[in-house]
Amino acid sequence: MNMEWMAWTPVTAGFFTVIVLMLIGMTIWEIKSPNVERKGVLPIVTTRGDRLFIGLLSSAYIHLAWVGLTDFPVWVATVLSVGFIVAVQRWG
Amino acid sequence: MNKWEDNKAWFLILPVFIIVAFSAVIPLMTVVNYSVQDIFGPGQRFFIGIEWFKEVLSDGRLHEALWRQLLFSGLVLLIEMPLGIGIALLMPKKGWGSSACLVILALPLLIPWNVIGTIWIIFTRPDIGLFGAAINTLGLPFDHTASPFDAWVTVMLMEVWHWTPLVALLAYAGLRAIPEVYYQAAKIDGASSWAIFRYIQLPKMRGVLTIALLLRFMDSFLIYAEPFVLTGGGPGNSTTFLSIYLVKVAVGQFDLGPAAAFSLIYFLIVLLFCWLFYQALQAVGTGDKQ
Repeated sequence: MNMEWMAWTPVTAGFFTVIVLMLIGMTIWEIKSPNVERKGVLPIVTTRGDRLFIGLLSSAYIHLAWVGLTDFPVWVATVLSVGFIVAVQRWG
Repeated sequence: MNKWEDNKAWFLILPVFIIVAFSAVIPLMTVVNYSVQDIFGPGQRFFIGIEWFKEVLSDGRLHEALWRQLLFSGLVLLIEMPLGIGIALLMPKKGWGSSACLVILALPLLIPWNVIGTIWIIFTRPDIGLFGAAINTLGLPFDHTASPFDAWVTVMLMEVWHWTPLVALLAYAGLRAIPEVYYQAAKIDGASSWAIFRYIQLPKMRGVLTIALLLRFMDSFLIYAEPFVLTGGGPGNSTTFLSIYLVKVAVGQFDLGPAAAFSLIYFLIVLLFCWLFYQALQAVGTGDKQ
């Protein structure tokens, strides 16, 4: 099947591969160790999936703020975002 | 219990997953791909990283359109939600009056969106339109093609006329689902009409009002056809909402890269607001239970 119309690049393919691997990982984690809702530093009760969603959405905004407000390299925002996702998942 | 056996229901929603994949996920992936490339034609594309995002985020016209859009959606929710609930409360509970109200309320929802715009163009024309000519006859100058304020009033009126019935119908469905025993208990306790609304009807309508709020926010934030037909985004740029500006960039200028970056930012804004509204309404419900 010709996928030229989707205009794939190695970077975007890598991005979506990471997202899909995250979802597969979360599913396996859920099967191995069923999730329990909890309240951490976030002001709401969250599940593991909620925290991943919050982390990913926040990462998108961290990148937008970084790109819009600074001229520093974007990989710094990516490192910050990964740290944020891990922190939300652990203490959120 | 066998965990896998318990999860067989997932196969029943597999068709939905497949449909969503083809109608939403694959187009979204394509937009992400476009947003990081400069595309000149089939096979002529170059990776440029975050350049389009930088350009779009520093675009003054986009900022203006965003504030305009937020103001519009805010006004829509402030007017349509209480008005819809009020109409639902006033509607007859049974008999022919109830059926008649339901049919009348459903009518604006059945009209195609571009036709709605055309109806309101004619209705508000200052020379021959019933509304426009009547206002002018009263001595109030009204021309939505020349005055930004009049254009906003017209777009708001059209939006409220078109979509308040949806809120009313959902609220009415929520009201009809409340068991009669709640009202009987309230009557025994001598509760006032306000107390019945605040402590019985409003909490019981939380589910449908959540759906109404989310639908109305998303629809109003993504509005395109009606204002495009009615005002074309004018006068000037006074009613150029985000989607109208996006179409100008994507189709008018054929700047696919910036339009794709713009679309993703637009998508993230809608996603964030919907999540915030959803969490806020869930929190209201939790408060009621405690």
